[in-house]
Amino acid sequence: MTEQATGAQHPQPRARNGGPSSASVEHLTGAQSLIRSLEEVGADTVFGLPGGCILPAYDPLMDSTRVRHILVRHEQGAGHAATGYAQATGKVGVCMVTSGPGATNLVTPIADAAMDSVPMVAITGQVASAAIGTDAFQEADICGITMPITKHNFLVTRAEDIAHTIAEAFHIASTGRPGPVLVDIAKDALQSKTTFSWPPTMDLPGYRPVTKPHAKQIREAAKLITQAKRPVLYVGGGVMKAGATAELKVLAELTGAPVTTTLMALGSFPDSHPLHVGMPGMHGSVTAVTALQKADLIVALGARFDDRVTGKLDSFAPYAKIVHADIDPAEIGKNRAADVPIVGDAREVIADLVQAVQAEHTEGNTGDYGAWWKDLNRWRETYPVGYDLPEDGSLSPQQVIQRIGELAPEGTIFAAGVGQHQMWASHFIQYEQPATWLNSGGAGTMGYAVPAAMGAKAGAPDRAVWAIDGDGCFQMTNQELTTCALNNIPIKVAIINNGALGMVRQWQTLFYNQRYSNTVLHSGADSDGVPAKGTRVPDFVKLSEAMGCYAIRCEDPADLDKVIAEANAINDRPVVIDFIVHEDAMVWPMVAAGTSNDEVMAARGVRPDFGDNEDD
Amino acid sequence: MSTKHTLSVLVENKPGVLARITALFSRRGFNIDSLAVGTTEHPDISRITIVVNVEGLPLEQVTKQLNKLVNVLKIVELEPAAAIQRELVLVKVRADNETRSQIVEIVQLFRAKTVDVSPEAVTIEATGGAEKLEAMLKMLEQFGIKELVQSGTIAIGRGARSITDRSLRALDRTA
Repeated sequence: MTEQATGAQHPQPRARNGGPSSASVEHLTGAQSLIRSLEEVGADTVFGLPGGCILPAYDPLMDSTRVRHILVRHEQGAGHAATGYAQATGKVGVCMVTSGPGATNLVTPIADAAMDSVPMVAITGQVASAAIGTDAFQEADICGITMPITKHNFLVTRAEDIAHTIAEAFHIASTGRPGPVLVDIAKDALQSKTTFSWPPTMDLPGYRPVTKPHAKQIREAAKLITQAKRPVLYVGGGVMKAGATAELKVLAELTGAPVTTTLMALGSFPDSHPLHVGMPGMHGSVTAVTALQKADLIVALGARFDDRVTGKLDSFAPYAKIVHADIDPAEIGKNRAADVPIVGDAREVIADLVQAVQAEHTEGNTGDYGAWWKDLNRWRETYPVGYDLPEDGSLSPQQVIQRIGELAPEGTIFAAGVGQHQMWASHFIQYEQPATWLNSGGAGTMGYAVPAAMGAKAGAPDRAVWAIDGDGCFQMTNQELTTCALNNIPIKVAIINNGALGMVRQWQTLFYNQRYSNTVLHSGADSDGVPAKGTRVPDFVKLSEAMGCYAIRCEDPADLDKVIAEANAINDRPVVIDFIVHEDAMVWPMVAAGTSNDEVMAARGVRPDFGDNEDD
Repeated sequence: MSTKHTLSVLVENKPGVLARITALFSRRGFNIDSLAVGTTEHPDISRITIVVNVEGLPLEQVTKQLNKLVNVLKIVELEPAAAIQRELVLVKVRADNETRSQIVEIVQLFRAKTVDVSPEAVTIEATGGAEKLEAMLKMLEQFGIKELVQSGTIAIGRGARSITDRSLRALDRTA
């Protein structure tokens, strides 16, 4: 490797937080070099928890004025906080923990970030290099453990490798298809002396992400778009990550094609836009699911034909030609063969598509989707996403979530856990801007909401952040509310408390003859599976108060707006509202797992009539 | 069409790279038929020859996933017609005064080598394509095979072109 070649790629200029970059050489320890590197790449916030092997790094961290460290209560919280920070700000999220159990506690958030392509750098301490492989105290082979769930990882055993490895880690995490990168640093590397100069020389000969799409493929795609009768723009999280929402709006309005945004892409196209037909997938809107099924052209932009979107793959969108644009070549053709494959950054792809479609229009080739919109509008009017209020006058979870959305100030960031409340939050809150909806899409990590909301609020302190959580999820990671209370991170948490693992319970209702095996949370083993209401164990209000939050309980629909307004008015500490909601509410529409999207049910026992039911 | 493909994978010569590749194959459900790793003319580059058995998924998916590994520099599929493929076999065959000459004759027929002789056994070294080695082993079976060790396939393209050339230049230019 020649030396002159390497300085070409600089890490993340956009993530910089000011401060001079030093071309001169400094003499310092590996630990100081690590902190200096974090300062130089612009890591303004680090979520972490120290321990033996990472301890040397925490000493110079104490003196850094450019890196704010937030001391979490559990390493998993640090990981999800880094993800929430990254999703809210578009910057690389950073977490730092010690070796062994500290590092293994990061496994879930790293896997989560990998599934959702979130740029994250995880820094872990490792036992001294001479002790590696000896089963030393708090030793874990975290590089081996995280190999399948990171975009890349590094084991650093020499102080002089720290700076360039950090630069490489941030570069890999944030470019191409983003993802988590782990840097495992041996304790002796942190302790020994080295020199430091910035920017360091990066050495990544095998890493060359393609961002510029192929012009011929773009022209081909534009041709198909203008020839199609029933096109759909199928928009995924890649559009959000590429910052391509403005371009997407132009493309949609230019073509007049309907837009469906996946769970990872909510907010990349305004929900209120007339061209928006909703979210696709297992719990997608009838219109979006059906639009894809009946389409003659699907233009997939930064989406990956995930099984939760396609349902049974071999019956998905049987009439559609596929234009598939993604920055990761391996996604193209992975699940569904593409007629026009386009490898590139979503922003460049969409910008080029706009020009190519304009060129087609100039030649008089404009698509005529009139008949298509007639169908779409009929489905939209007949099968809107909605819910019924409980007959017993108790709180409806959907209504709670909808009102939180309606009463939230503009630009509010919502972070959800995983389950029914997540799906309701995707349906009943309007997302008009990018990066206002954070959730664990691919991994489906329960417990994501509270720490992710904490990370988002730390990254965007001027914006309101609501965690929409379930009572099951909340019990997994609520300890980070202490972190929020002590570090001036005033998030708001809505516990959608139905006393059960609601989504699992819903499946038991539908597919297991209402046998509620181990899904009731607020009663114990002696209850014969009969939900014992109101045990209030744990008492979320007392629990939250104990962690330094303002906490209220809401059980009556009449109080709903009042408590939400109360929460919105408090900004000096975290707020938790325990909403006691009806336990039988279900998420609709639904495509049962393993079935075709043609079998979408608008509500229980209600199969939409598209005029083509063979059994009619 | 055969479902077996021979891939030459150029990788950075760094610790753990082989583990990354084999782990990728196992977690994505790709089948490895044979694997051979060695250094190249360039000390920073190792070459991994993988014979992959793709059934029910396109080879493209294998190469694309491999390409995503940061330490992978280049992947080339070597078509059987345009490449030379070799395996190495060391085999220990039971032999006595009666059978030894027959064994040596077989060894000569296959242009293999006798590398060790003892009163009860002969050890043979043979290189070649998989079919030739299989045929030889079949002939030796009747004498009793006491021990057999086989290398993975290695392969190189025919003609003057080199697959390392260009990636070395790329390494110099972009690294």
